Amino acid sequence: MNPTLHAVLVFLETWWVELVSGVVIVAVVPLVAGYIVLVERKLMADMQARLGPMRVGPHGLLQPIADAVKLLIKEDIIPDNADKMVFWMAPVVSMTAALTSMGAIAFGPAFQVARDINVGLLFVIGVSSLGIFGIVLGGWASNSHYSIMGALRSTAQLVSYETAAGLALISGLLLAGTLKIRAIVDAQQHFGVWFVFLAPVAFFIYVVASIAETNRAPFDLPEAESELVAGYMTEYSGFRWALYFLGEYANMIVVGAVATTLFLGGWLRPFPNVRWMNWLDALPALFTAAVGAYCVYRAGKQPVRVQTWFMWGVALACFVVALILAVPLLVAPLKFLVPGLHGAFWFLLKISAYIYLFMWLRFTLPRYRFDQLMHLGWYILIPLAIVNVLAVGVAMILEMEYGWNRWLAMLLTTVITLATALFLLRLNDKRAAAASSAAPPPEEPSTEDSYAG
Amino acid sequence: MLDKVIFFFFAGVAILSAGLMVTRRNAIHSAVFLITTLLATAGIFLQLRAEFIFIAQIILYVGGIMVLFVFVIMLVRLDVALHQIQFSRQKWVALLVTLALAAEVGVMLWSSRNVPGQGFLLPNAVPAGKLPPNTEALAGRLFDAYLLPFEIASVLLLVAMVGAVVMAKKRT
Repeated sequence: MNPTLHAVLVFLETWWVELVSGVVIVAVVPLVAGYIVLVERKLMADMQARLGPMRVGPHGLLQPIADAVKLLIKEDIIPDNADKMVFWMAPVVSMTAALTSMGAIAFGPAFQVARDINVGLLFVIGVSSLGIFGIVLGGWASNSHYSIMGALRSTAQLVSYETAAGLALISGLLLAGTLKIRAIVDAQQHFGVWFVFLAPVAFFIYVVASIAETNRAPFDLPEAESELVAGYMTEYSGFRWALYFLGEYANMIVVGAVATTLFLGGWLRPFPNVRWMNWLDALPALFTAAVGAYCVYRAGKQPVRVQTWFMWGVALACFVVALILAVPLLVAPLKFLVPGLHGAFWFLLKISAYIYLFMWLRFTLPRYRFDQLMHLGWYILIPLAIVNVLAVGVAMILEMEYGWNRWLAMLLTTVITLATALFLLRLNDKRAAAASSAAPPPEEPSTEDSYAG
Repeated sequence: MLDKVIFFFFAGVAILSAGLMVTRRNAIHSAVFLITTLLATAGIFLQLRAEFIFIAQIILYVGGIMVLFVFVIMLVRLDVALHQIQFSRQKWVALLVTLALAAEVGVMLWSSRNVPGQGFLLPNAVPAGKLPPNTEALAGRLFDAYLLPFEIASVLLLVAMVGAVVMAKKRT
């Protein structure tokens, strides 16, 4: 046989799982991002006592497809004075970084692209943080004031909050004792408890910092509509804009996956080691079946015949998924499929819950001012995260060297960190009070935050 | 075979974008090509199974230092800089230094061709499974044999950081 062809075949034989998973990630994430947007719109509508998208498909279920088509056929405008090369490149950088970092995430024990990478979690957060280049370069290349303001704000915000997020992750990593994604989840199974219960403060810091990192409300200053039009993507339109959007939502999935892996037990079901909780294994199949049954119930109420059929189709899809989840549980020879399939279900469910939390916060909280954002990051979150890392380290030494009870040691950690948080807040209040009494209230943004917009 | 393909790909990208970085007049373009060079070098580290160095390169140099570079360059008025004469009067000195360095690297490569386990162009990579975990090995060395130098280096960095803050602070 031709040696080149032979080499290619050997390559494919060795790496086909990784290649297929990679292609699946690239193909599925845009679709998922579209549906996250739909869920977000429906939820926002619900909280504001509206209906949200209702026209395209039953209850707007096809809206993401329509939006995608609209964005694809829109005119692609490039400003005359833009730096063309950088303008073209920036959105691609944003999305590539987010999608690449997904390669190391394990969606359940069976689905992972980069299998034996030794620095798994660092790879995910390191590569996903490269997405900031897309924002900065895009904002600069647009040659517009709003864009560059958004880009500068975004850089300052990401640099500040990445530190806090990294320190919060270190607290969790200390408990796990490894950077490998699988080993982190295995450690949680071994401990018999999710790390969120051992290090709740670290999880809280990570939640706040990851909202800031994904530029979402209440920290969405880089794209604050009322101040900067759309921030760094003001000049973008059509498909390039869609790429930015995809990058942002892919990033949400990434931070959700990191939080799930490190703090929420990864693909483990709740109480993975408790035998009498084994009935929870049936939950994935029952849950999807229930969703399917609800779709059947709604199908009869659709106003248009086509929409009824479509609802039936969705219900059928749900039943098929439920069957796929249920059959390996019941048929003994297929038992080996259970960890992979159910792991993926639990993992995705946890990520969805995390993103749902993001949405809640977005609809509930008003936007921060830029100096408030910086103060929160630098004066409160970063010192708190440092104290937390130290306290978790001390607690682990107390446990390992002096034989303390793990829960007692960890409770002590939490109490110490919370006390520090209270102290920092008091300090911050005092500083703010001193600043406002010393200087007359500033009419315009002070020189200190010249990039505040 | 695959190792060689990956190595030559990353090496080619690194050299090409390094050349482009030096020749571009627009500072942002230079920064973009510097980022590409650093990423390609990181790729070579990964191909050599030095995973921790790979990710440290990405997080520190690309994700940290280059972001700040770009941040600063964005605030400079580039159109003025474009029309000014560049500071490139030391052309001949630079050429001499480059040649000397290239000769040094060449001699090193040439003399290493007879060392067992090393090739002429690139070291034979050990299969991934045969190496000790890179991060753990590095941490073990750093916090065991080289603890004192490591701590001194971190204190030095801390002093530098405090110094920068003190100098940047407004005098009241």
